[in-house]
Amino acid sequence: MKRLSAALAVAAVALAAGCGSGGGDGGGDAASGEPVKLRFLSLAWQKESIEANKQIVADWNTANPKIQVEYVQGSWDNVNDQLVTSFEAGDPPDVIHDDSPALSSFASRGFLLDLTGKIPAELNGDIPQAAWDTVTFSDGKSGQGVYGVPFLQESQVLIANKKLLDGAGVRVPTPDSPWTWDEFADAAGKLTKKGAYGVAWPMKSPVNKVLNLALNFGGTFFDTQGGKTTVKVGPQEREVLQRIHDQLYTDRSADPSALGMGTADPLPGFFAGKYAIVPAGVYLRQQVAEQAPSGFEWVTLPPLKGQTSQQGAVSQTLSVAADSKHPDEALKFIAYFLNGPNQAKLAKGDWLLPTSTTAAKDPALTTKENGWDVATASAKDLVVAPFLKVNGFDEWKSKVATPAMQEYFADKISLDELAKRLVEDGNKVLERYSR
Amino acid sequence: MTRALKYLALLGYLVFLAFPLLWLLSTALKTPQEMAALDPTWIPRRPTLANFADAFAEQDLVGAGLRSLVVAVATALITVALALPAAYALARFRGVAGKIAIGWVLVSQVFPVVLIIIPLFMVLRRMELVNTLAGLTVVHVTFVMPFALWMLRGYVRAVPRELEEAAAVDGAGRLRALAAVVAPLLAPGVVATLLFSFISSWNEFMFALVILKDPGVETLPLTLVRFVGPEGVARLGPLAAASLLATVPSLVFFATIQRRLRSGLMAGAVKG
Repeated sequence: MKRLSAALAVAAVALAAGCGSGGGDGGGDAASGEPVKLRFLSLAWQKESIEANKQIVADWNTANPKIQVEYVQGSWDNVNDQLVTSFEAGDPPDVIHDDSPALSSFASRGFLLDLTGKIPAELNGDIPQAAWDTVTFSDGKSGQGVYGVPFLQESQVLIANKKLLDGAGVRVPTPDSPWTWDEFADAAGKLTKKGAYGVAWPMKSPVNKVLNLALNFGGTFFDTQGGKTTVKVGPQEREVLQRIHDQLYTDRSADPSALGMGTADPLPGFFAGKYAIVPAGVYLRQQVAEQAPSGFEWVTLPPLKGQTSQQGAVSQTLSVAADSKHPDEALKFIAYFLNGPNQAKLAKGDWLLPTSTTAAKDPALTTKENGWDVATASAKDLVVAPFLKVNGFDEWKSKVATPAMQEYFADKISLDELAKRLVEDGNKVLERYSR
Repeated sequence: MTRALKYLALLGYLVFLAFPLLWLLSTALKTPQEMAALDPTWIPRRPTLANFADAFAEQDLVGAGLRSLVVAVATALITVALALPAAYALARFRGVAGKIAIGWVLVSQVFPVVLIIIPLFMVLRRMELVNTLAGLTVVHVTFVMPFALWMLRGYVRAVPRELEEAAAVDGAGRLRALAAVVAPLLAPGVVATLLFSFISSWNEFMFALVILKDPGVETLPLTLVRFVGPEGVARLGPLAAASLLATVPSLVFFATIQRRLRSGLMAGAVKG
């Protein structure tokens, strides 16, 4: 899909150069007295999340007869293809749900409204700066802008089989006293028995997972100096890579056959007791809660600690299209949609973490049930993912890092060889983007 | 013995063809717990219709299905109505223009969709066809047409010219010969082309995604993808239930007209 998006983007640029502006479609300008109509493209897909989205929109429409919002459901799988065409054709939705990695290129091409100075103080103050950093990008000229309001984030936690943990007599970590990576390795070892592994690392898409966790040891993988970004793989970046590799081939506490799996694929093995721990994004708790056999006890364990518990994060975002005819109304709607109580509903529906500090205190997000207390507490360690601001990251990830990391985790190449490829092949890719 | 082997091979092929559909049915009837079982089961232990209920409650499957049906039927009929005379002309009148035309049709197939989708969108917008089923039908017809033309041209060429000449000798004019002699022989080709056009349109996703913007005009493929989340994680139960229902119209359409798909009509039509 990324490749298709890129092809669409190229086609779009070529076309824009050739035939000038598309203009509006001429419909829907609100004459005095007529309600303003906003189109809101939402990517909610979980049952509870769709319900929450629809409810908030319905509440807004009832309270604001002069600004009516139409809820349009999109899909994560192809939203960026859909957006490229509608931006280019001058007919985008007014309010756009997406994620921060996608905003960078849209922003630099002038498709999104810069929200700097336009966000109501209450909303601005409710969301921490670390989250705003995930939506601050170059405007494609020389300045920086804020191109969305961040509202949902994901941290990496551990989902564990309670009975197996108790049986092995390992300490159950808490947000105040999380496992270090050493304790984790030790616990995984104790949990490994005949036919059962301590942990399953699903590494079909290893790059974001490794890069986000690498911050535990201060590993950033990218270094920007004098406006030029290069890849770096030093001791800090190697820590997490080495530790996962050790679990697979030295301790043998991780199942190598899980490496090719996607995030949710280890769950059948997890439920059957084949894996005691599955590292995953907090949202996977929804699938665990829904699919676990009756009587199966599971717990959410807090993020691991290296030198720190910091993890890289991106955000789900709401943005306003630059071509929207009603940007002020769109922003008013966003401010309502993402207020504390509403963010709590959205986070609960998607099993993710709200950026709103008010929402994070909501009892529904601090209950022990389904590990919400542990998940919500993990938000404090989220910082902007260093790769988010790297031009060419997507290509580095798909052409260089993904295959190289897969080979490393399959024990086909050494850590030195992996580092060499990430840096040398990677810098060639990044070089092209810095010209 | 050979007969038994043939049947065995046929049975294997049938199983191969039916497997995805049966697995879809099995998944659609399973609970989330059973779907996550380490040892998958063919027959659900506790069959449930909850996935169907969820799929219907969350998405306008009936409305989207009806709209898909309108677009697919219209696409199939218009495509055949336009392609049939064109294919006849291309097969029978072999001049330089015909060769250029057929070459051009082939060349038009090599452009990737992503190259043309934005200009196409702009053309449609100028014609006020964006966000309409008529617009989508026009696009589907355009994109199914080249292959339909090639298909039908092959069928027309397979009808011996001598049959038309024989009809002419018996006093039939060109139109009469076409209607009474050629048309019945082309029926299998027409049916195959109808099926091809219908299924291409029924399954088409990318154009629908770009052209249709309001929930009130969306076709079925757009609603199915709603059950898929980021990183390929999907709500398999409702997705399987909705997908299963989405295959039904194609099956019914196929079952209704497949009897016409027979060959051998022309066996022995021309001697020597």
